[in-house]
Amino acid sequence: MSRLLSYGDAINEAHRIALEKDPKCFLIGQGVNNPWFVGRTTTGLADEFGAERVMDSPVSEAAMTGACIGAAMAGAHPVVFHPRMDFMYLTLDQIINHCASWNYMFNGKINVPIVIRGIVNRGGEQGAQHSQSPFGIYANIPGLKVVTPATAKDAKGLLLAALRDPDPVIYIDDRWLYEVEDDVPEGDYETPIGRANILREGSDLSIVAASFMVKEAIEAADELAKEGISTEVVDLRTIKPVDMETVNNSVKKTKRVVIAIAEWYFSSVAASIAEGVYKEHYKELHSPVELVTLPDAPAPASQSLEEAYYPDRKTIINASKYVMQYG
Amino acid sequence: MVQFTVPELPVLENKKGIKKETILSMLERMLLIRLTEQRIAKRVEEKKVFTPCHLYIGQEADAVGVCFALRDTDYVFSTHRSHGHFLAKGGDVNELFAEIYCRETGCSGGRGGSMHLCDPSVGLLGSSSIVAGTVGIGLGPAFKSKIFHEDNISCIFHGDCVPEEGIWHESLNFAAVKKLPVLYICENNLYAASAALKDRRVNDNIYEVARAHGLHTEIVDGNDLFAVNSAAMDAVERLRNGEGPQYIETRTYRWLGHVGNRDDIDVGLRSREELDYWKRRDPIANLENKLKGEGTVSEKELEMIHKKIQEKVDIAEDKALKDPKPSPDTLLRHVYSKEVMPV
Ligand SMILES: Cc1ncc(C[n+]2csc(CCOP(=O)(O)OP(=O)(O)O)c2C)c(N)n1
Ligand SMILES: [Mg+2]
Repeated sequence: MSRLLSYGDAINEAHRIALEKDPKCFLIGQGVNNPWFVGRTTTGLADEFGAERVMDSPVSEAAMTGACIGAAMAGAHPVVFHPRMDFMYLTLDQIINHCASWNYMFNGKINVPIVIRGIVNRGGEQGAQHSQSPFGIYANIPGLKVVTPATAKDAKGLLLAALRDPDPVIYIDDRWLYEVEDDVPEGDYETPIGRANILREGSDLSIVAASFMVKEAIEAADELAKEGISTEVVDLRTIKPVDMETVNNSVKKTKRVVIAIAEWYFSSVAASIAEGVYKEHYKELHSPVELVTLPDAPAPASQSLEEAYYPDRKTIINASKYVMQYG
Repeated sequence: MVQFTVPELPVLENKKGIKKETILSMLERMLLIRLTEQRIAKRVEEKKVFTPCHLYIGQEADAVGVCFALRDTDYVFSTHRSHGHFLAKGGDVNELFAEIYCRETGCSGGRGGSMHLCDPSVGLLGSSSIVAGTVGIGLGPAFKSKIFHEDNISCIFHGDCVPEEGIWHESLNFAAVKKLPVLYICENNLYAASAALKDRRVNDNIYEVARAHGLHTEIVDGNDLFAVNSAAMDAVERLRNGEGPQYIETRTYRWLGHVGNRDDIDVGLRSREELDYWKRRDPIANLENKLKGEGTVSEKELEMIHKKIQEKVDIAEDKALKDPKPSPDTLLRHVYSKEVMPV
């Protein structure tokens, strides 16, 4: 059974199922009871499960995250969230030096089954320090898995899968998707980590996207269809480990690819995927791989600049047409 | 929990014998902040301002009392709640309104928005919307002064949740060990976003922890202009004498909610009684009453001042609204000081 549910509510449901079924699961983050911070994604959970398992924190990102990492080492299944990925930088030592390397450094004796949830919250003239979506930084780190759900169904399924994964998972959700609804199965299910999903089949062009850009890619595909361009949309779902097999199978068919991820280009996930595509298809491609990423600048505040800064459906359409013109 | 209690009303004792002229300049500056913030709150409510504004109403005596103890050449760092600090240090109200409307003529060219103000010409080297961000970089100008034997000091304004971040402790210890001329101003308004102080700390003792790190510390009524100003003057004197970092905690309150024009009472974050209590402790009205009562100023003089400042605010806003927004062509400008080839 499934029903229409919003992305934000789907996250809430996944948290609820995890807390219900897994006595070792707990949830902590700034503003856990406050819609300003996390929308409805944690609403009601503290009432339902009590303040011992669902709690707010002092403004101490590093200590809070470290405490959760350590709790996971000791066998708990914590979810720690950061209302903005910008604030999560304060925890990078705990995440990179400690969490990510622990299992390896101690010869597989101590694993870290934690979910670190980072929320992308941008736009609205917030400026450079309240807008970031640094996917590549986390994907760059061995030992971390990174998931970026684009649909309500996967927002729920990936959160549940992340919680049951024995290793640290960075779960990145995007506030621009919170009100987007789709069919979400009831009850417990998992979206497999490391597996992309073909959301739309097509034969002329592949658009490979993650997170919010998947929604834009679908809209772009609809418009391109009107112009007779048959577009396949690949939702990466996980950006580390990335599912190059699904990407390359799609490109094998279409021989043209646009990669759309709203992150900075240099050293990005998008650039790494492009490399993976070239390696496999350098002889067959009809055109160079085209990337749709953020401009190489911090996020501006003014709406006039924000409009130029954030890529969307139109940016993807332009990139697609550029790719198609190679014939 | 509460160890420090403020008197029913600000005492406002002019212990340092500040002259009328200076008192009136300070009053005008507080009013400029108040009327500016009230105008912005109105525009937020009307949905004409979009950049998230953390308004300073209620805390005016802190920024003004401190900045009037500083020289133009001293440095200041501010937070997400930056408008008051900007104006108090001498930032131009036209440039503030232009930044709030995200115009090209704003102090940050419309790239920063409400939380990211600067005016290097008056020593404001920036405000950061990352909690505790400036307790690190704010050491910098003081560090430079120390190394190059200059006498500028660095003043870091921060909120009451900043001591919850690790870098606060590092910063205080670094400043203490290196004997840096840093003045920390902790504006303790009892809340951090939606969380009350008592839910975030076991003890109401920020200034004592600062003292334990080796700083000279004071705690004052932040709604009492004279108390703040006098504590800041003493601290600045000690700083210029090379006595090492100084810490002042002010006890104050923001009338509006964390962000925007609402008061957060509707969402149950704080009580009407508490807000009313702090409104009676209005740093501006109490000062005006006192000045009138003792005959320092007349009702008429005060009216003129209000009118003058209101006009200044009106003009600044009108001007900002006519100014252009930054052109999308300039998106990549200022990523570096000199243009760099795009990647
Ligand atoms: C590192 C970081 N964590 C969390 C936040 C979210 N945040 C913005 S303002 C704020 C509370 C600030 O409280 P306080 O320091 O007391 O200043 P006030 O708003 O009361 O002036 C928080 C938690 C942030 N901006 N940066
Ligand atoms: Mg506060």
